[in-house]
Amino acid sequence: MMGGYGDVQLLREDGTRLDGRKVDEMRPVSIEAGILPAAEGSAMVTHGLNVAVAAVYGPMEAHPRKIQRQDRAVIDVRYNMAPFSTSDRIRPGFNRRSREISKVTAEALESVVLVERYPRSKIRVEIEILAAEAGTRCAGITAAAVALADAGIPMRDMIVGVASGKIEDTVVLDLDKAEDNYGQADLPVGILPTTGEIAFLQMDGDLSPDEYNLAMEYNFKAAKEIHEIMVDALQRRYQGGEA
Amino acid sequence: MSQGQAGAEQRLVTPGMAIGPSAGKRAGSGIIAAGESFVATQLGWLRERNNTVSVDPINAAYMPRSGDLVVGIVAEVRNNLWFMNINGSFQGLLPMSLAPWKVEFGAARQHMDVGDVVLARVQEVDECHNVVLTMKGVGLRRLNQGAVESIPVQHIDRVRGENNALLKRMRDACDCRIMVGENGRVWIDGSSEGIAWARKALRCVVDEGHSKAFETILSEMENKTKGDA
Repeated sequence: MMGGYGDVQLLREDGTRLDGRKVDEMRPVSIEAGILPAAEGSAMVTHGLNVAVAAVYGPMEAHPRKIQRQDRAVIDVRYNMAPFSTSDRIRPGFNRRSREISKVTAEALESVVLVERYPRSKIRVEIEILAAEAGTRCAGITAAAVALADAGIPMRDMIVGVASGKIEDTVVLDLDKAEDNYGQADLPVGILPTTGEIAFLQMDGDLSPDEYNLAMEYNFKAAKEIHEIMVDALQRRYQGGEA
Repeated sequence: MSQGQAGAEQRLVTPGMAIGPSAGKRAGSGIIAAGESFVATQLGWLRERNNTVSVDPINAAYMPRSGDLVVGIVAEVRNNLWFMNINGSFQGLLPMSLAPWKVEFGAARQHMDVGDVVLARVQEVDECHNVVLTMKGVGLRRLNQGAVESIPVQHIDRVRGENNALLKRMRDACDCRIMVGENGRVWIDGSSEGIAWARKALRCVVDEGHSKAFETILSEMENKTKGDA
């Protein structure tokens, strides 16, 4: 809950955070593409202690027929957190939060995928969170983007999920669990690094215009770093075997 | 690897990657023009041929085009038509008027049932991806024998080789009939040993066709077959 625990100290006296990071420092990110042989495309993103696996199936005929669009494909995203992904067991199955994240992720991906190439089709994206430590929707979006690229789905850009926030009146990049729970604001965004466009943006808590600008500056910087890791993951998968 | 890349420097591109200025060049498949420059939209190898820049995708779904020769599998039968699985996003429709036999209404199942394999041609694809197939044409028929092997559609050029040279070489080595459908299905007919060899060779082309060791591996396979004979 944002801003409800003012007595929890999240910044040290030397200005670093509880895990030793600077305010504009991201948690370590690693990405592996093509981890699931049964899927058309897949990826695993490890972002700090978050582990997100995404699998892409299709394009396939959209069923039920009422969801078909005559001029474009629909993207069907299912975001799910595994019961063992957090310290408290999560009840398996869809819930309000996973429905919301599935919806915003689908809308973000639809803005980058060239959906008009596949009329009446459906592209299914499964995002499974195996371990969660704040920022799972961003890790899920990043994993989905790499999995879509791996599946050969045409896109304008590879969307990067990244978040900034505010703790103790200080804007910081990439909130961890304590900062997310006890901080004042959270600003997850989906960025297209090549064009600098924003495909999705959510904000929990309050930020002043200056704080918002600083948070977005951090987000864009982090998005460029993560994008390089995404490209590297795909190149490692396919260029490794090239003569 | 597609034919246009032989000997050229290979560049792997990812969606959103800037390719370079678009001046005087045309955007081919997997490329869009953004302002003054080209941007890749698919993961694949960049190719420039005849002043057209395109991407040879590493993974791609089969998108049927009019005139494609395909190996289809009957998925559904109705009174007057068949629905065929052609390895694409949508099933292909074969009406009885485009079948090679005179079919009475309600007797479609007597000619072809679910699971039967056919060699057909794509007659028509509309903007909504409705695919109509035909079996009227030379060589188009129901395939009653042999085996069907699937390969990724982006490797079809590689399997055929320049002027079908590699395909001919495989046919000679295993003494089998081999038909490559544009939809990534390959029909092989011959002795069981020949079919097994052809399947192994196809896997080899798909997995190793891009590497320098491929020629050696295939030659070894051919020599082994001759030795066994």
